Amino acid sequence: MFWQQESECMDRKELEQLQLERLESTLNRVYLNVPFYLKKFDEMGFNPDDLSSLDDLGKLPFTAKSDLRENYPYGLFAFPLREVVRVHASSGTTGVSTVVGYTRNDIKTWSNLVGRVLTAGGVTADDVVQISFNYGLFTGAFGLHYGAERVGASVIPMSSGNTKRQIKIMQDFKTTALVSTPSYAMLIADTIREMNIDPNSLSLKWGLFGAEPWSDSMRRELEQKLMIKATDNYGLSEVMGPGVAGECLHQNGLHISEDHFLVEVIDPETLQPVKLGEVGEMVITTLTKEAFPMIRYRTRDLTRLMPETCPCGRTLRRMSRVMGRTDDMLIIRGVNVFPSQIEAVLFDVEGTEPHYQIVIDRKGALDDATVLVEASEKIFFDEMKKQKELIDTIKKRMASELGIAVEVKLVEKKTIERFEGKAKRVIDNRKL
Amino acid sequence: MIVPDIMPLLEVNNIGKRFGGLQAVKDVSFSVQRGTIKAVIGPNGAGKTTLFNLVSGFLPSDTGTITFRDTAIHGKEPHQIAGLGLSRTFQHIRLFSHMTALENVMVGRHVKGRAGFLAGMLGLPGTRREDQAHRDRALEVMDLLGIAAFADTDATSLSYGQQRVVELARALATEPAMLLLDEPAAGLNMRETADMAKLIMKIRDRGITVLIVEHDMSLVMNISDEIVVLSYGEKIADDMPLAVQQNPHVIRVYLGEDDA
Amino acid sequence: MLRVHNLSAGYGSLHVLRRLSLHVKPGEIVTIIGANGAGKSTLLRTITGLLRASSGEVLFKGEDIQRIPPEQVVFRGCSLVPEGRQVFAAMPVRENLLLGAYVQHKRGKRDEVAHDLDRVFGLFPVLRQREHQLAGTLSGGEQQMLAIGRALMARPTLIMLDEPSMGLAPLIVKDIFHIIAKIRDEGCTVLLVEQNARSALKIANRGYVLETGRIILEGDAGDLLANREIQRAYLGKDLDGENK
Repeated sequence: MFWQQESECMDRKELEQLQLERLESTLNRVYLNVPFYLKKFDEMGFNPDDLSSLDDLGKLPFTAKSDLRENYPYGLFAFPLREVVRVHASSGTTGVSTVVGYTRNDIKTWSNLVGRVLTAGGVTADDVVQISFNYGLFTGAFGLHYGAERVGASVIPMSSGNTKRQIKIMQDFKTTALVSTPSYAMLIADTIREMNIDPNSLSLKWGLFGAEPWSDSMRRELEQKLMIKATDNYGLSEVMGPGVAGECLHQNGLHISEDHFLVEVIDPETLQPVKLGEVGEMVITTLTKEAFPMIRYRTRDLTRLMPETCPCGRTLRRMSRVMGRTDDMLIIRGVNVFPSQIEAVLFDVEGTEPHYQIVIDRKGALDDATVLVEASEKIFFDEMKKQKELIDTIKKRMASELGIAVEVKLVEKKTIERFEGKAKRVIDNRKL
Repeated sequence: MIVPDIMPLLEVNNIGKRFGGLQAVKDVSFSVQRGTIKAVIGPNGAGKTTLFNLVSGFLPSDTGTITFRDTAIHGKEPHQIAGLGLSRTFQHIRLFSHMTALENVMVGRHVKGRAGFLAGMLGLPGTRREDQAHRDRALEVMDLLGIAAFADTDATSLSYGQQRVVELARALATEPAMLLLDEPAAGLNMRETADMAKLIMKIRDRGITVLIVEHDMSLVMNISDEIVVLSYGEKIADDMPLAVQQNPHVIRVYLGEDDA
Repeated sequence: MLRVHNLSAGYGSLHVLRRLSLHVKPGEIVTIIGANGAGKSTLLRTITGLLRASSGEVLFKGEDIQRIPPEQVVFRGCSLVPEGRQVFAAMPVRENLLLGAYVQHKRGKRDEVAHDLDRVFGLFPVLRQREHQLAGTLSGGEQQMLAIGRALMARPTLIMLDEPSMGLAPLIVKDIFHIIAKIRDEGCTVLLVEQNARSALKIANRGYVLETGRIILEGDAGDLLANREIQRAYLGKDLDGENK
C-alpha cells in the first residue's frame, strides 16, 4: 500500500519543518558549489542566510530550461564528475540537449521515489513489470526500472517498439504491470485487439503511464481494453525524472513527493503564485538532490494543487494531471485554451483518440477558432442529421468546458496533415 | 649588496610550548616564503592559536627559534616584533568605539609615527604635517580594501563584515612585510567571506606575505599557497592545498577513523 | 521531540548560527557534525538555553526552551553532557553519579535512584569497579563515561552530547559510541554533536552537517556517510575535481 509510509503519511507540520531544513541546506550548498546560483542569487540580492521561512521562496530567482542549455553540459552540477555515477540527457527538440547527473545517493533516492509511485499504483514485489519506455539517455526507462527493482518486482527491460513482440513477451512472461507512455499503451491495446487476443488471457493488472499528458477518457479506454487499473505519474529529467508525483488507486490527482520537491504554482504571465487550487505553471525546487539541485525550475507544465486530503491516507498533496504546457497555451479571445482540453472533449464525444486541428484566424478585432475533426468513416455514410447532431454536441461541450464558442467542421479521415505521425495541432493565422 | 630573495621571510624551528600537563605545541617547524599566503589549520585544540601567539610574541616559547627577516624574534616583545614589520589581527574584533573608521586605521600607524598618535590627536604643534601624511596613507589603504567610503563613519556603526575589513586595514596601515590574520572570516556570511578572500589575495599581490589561521576551508583552500596542518600540537602536514586535502592522515584527523 | 526553527545566535555582533532548522524524533540518534568553528557548541548552548538566541525558537516537547530556566529544562527530561567532560574531580565516582540524580529527588522518585545507579553501572561496568575512586583519577575515556552516566541519572528522555570523542583514543571512542547506541536502543533519544563525522554517522539514524554556522546537508546517516560533500565541508572544495 505504501512504500515509505512514514514519509508519505507525514504530519503536514512535520513535513513543513523538514522542507524548511532541506531548503536551507540546499540553498547553502548551491551557493557554495554552483557558481551559476552564486551569481544569480547575488544579482537578486539574495543571501541564503536571509531565508526565514518557506514563504521566502519567492525571493529566489527562477531557473529556466535555457539556463540548463547555456550551462551545457556540466555547468550546473554541484559535485565534481568523480562523484557522479549516472548522466542522463533530455532530447533537445530545439537544439542543444540538457544534461543532468546523479550521485550514488541520488540514484537511491530516485529509486525510492519511483518505488512510492509504483506502490501507489498497485505494484508489489509479486508483480512482473514490463518497462516499455525507451532505454537510453531519457530518464523514463531507467527511473522506473530502478524503482521497480527497488520494490522487488521482476523487471522486464523491454524498451519500446516492436509491438507484437511486446505482446508476445507480455503473454509468455505473464506481465502484470505495464509501464509506458499512455499513447504507446493505446497502440499495444489496439494491436492486441487486431491480433484477436482476448485481454482476459493476459495477466495484466496495472498500467503506470506517464511522460506525456493524457485524459481521463483515455484512461477509461485503456482500462477497458487492457483490463487494468491505470494510474498517471509525473516527472521531468531536469528535477530528477519519473517519481516526482504519482496517482494512488483512487485515481484522483498525483501525490507529489513534497519531502523531496517543493512545488509552487505560478501565473506564467505575472510570475506570482496563484491562489491555492488554481491552475498555473508548476515550479519545482529540489530538496535532496546532490549532483544536480534545481532552484525554482519553471516546468512549463500547467496543473493545479489539490489541497483536500486523499482517502488513501497519504498526506502528500496532490497535483491534478498536467493540463497542458505554457508553451502551447493559446489565448483565444482572452481565454486561455490548451489543445489538450480540446482533445479531451473530442475524446469524450467520439470515444476514440481524435485527429484534429485548431485553426485560428482574426476577423476584424475578434479571434475566430475552428476545430477540424477527422470523423470516423461511418459517420459520412450516415444522414446529415446525425452529422449535425455530432457537431452540435462538440460545440456545446467546447463552450461549456473551454468557455469560448468555436466552429467545428468534420473532415474525412487522414486529411489533416501529419508530421512524423503526429498531427499538427494548431494553425494560428493571426498576425499579432 | 642585494640580498637574494631565496631566504624565507619567516622561519619557525622546533618551536614548543607547554601549559602545565598539556603540550600545546610540540616541535613545530615550518617556513613562509616571501609574497605567499600560508595557512595554519587543524581541529579544535590542535594548537593553532598558541602557535600564532608564539610567532607574534604574545606568548614566550619554551623551545625552538623563530627568525623573521633574518632576525631572531623569539623572546622579543609583541611591539618589537610589530616594529620589525610583522603585524597581526585578532579573532575578536578590537576596534575603538567613538572613533571613525579612519581614526581606527590611523591607530595602526602610530607604530610608524615619530611624534606619536596621541600627539597627533591632540593637535600638538609640529605634528600636523606628519599627521596629514598618516591620514593620506591610511586612506590609501582603506581605498585599496574598498572601505574608503566609510572613512568618516563611526566604526561601531559599521556592519560586522565592514568592521573586519577596518581591522585588516589597521594592520595593513603599519606597512608590514608580513600579516598574521587570526580567523579573518569568523562571523562573516558567505558573500563577505568570498570578498575577504579576494582582499587577502590582493594584499598578497602587493607583495605582503600572509600567515593565516582560519576554520573556513572555502577560504583557506582558495587562497593559500601552502598549508600547515596541526593535530594535538604537532605538525602532520605542510603542503599545497590539493595535497593537504588528499592527505589520508589529514582526512583521518578531521573526519575520524575510517574503521572506528 | 525537539524542533529547532530558524535559529540564529552569536556573541555580540558576531553571528555564529545563521537561521538553522533541525528536528529530532523520539527514539533516534541525530548527529550534528562539522569541523571546528562550524558552530556546533554554540548550537548546543543555544538549544539548552545557556545562550540566548537572537531569532528563532527551540521547542522541546512543544515548549519553547528559551523561556524555561536551564534547570527546569533538565527537570523536563533534557540533559546535556558538556564538552570536556567536566566531572567533579575531587569527588568519588559514586557521588558524581548521585549528583545527577537530584532531579529524580525533586520528582519524588528517590526510590528509583538505586535502580538508576545499577543501570548506569550496567552500561559502564568500569564505573562500578571505580565506584569509590575520585573522579579526577579516572582516564579521559572513563571520565567521559562518568559524565554520560551522570546525565543518565536524571532519567532524560533526550540526552545531548557535546563532542564525547574529543581527545580520546580511537579505541575508546569506539567504546563510547557503542554505548551511545545502546542508550538509544534502551529508549532514550540522543542528540550527538561531533567533529568525528565517521564515528558519529555510523551509529546515528540521521545527521546534519554544519559548516560556518549553516546546515549544508541533512539526511539519513548512511546516505551522509557516502556523501563527499562532508569532506568538502571539512576540508574545502575538492580542488582535484575542479577541472571537470
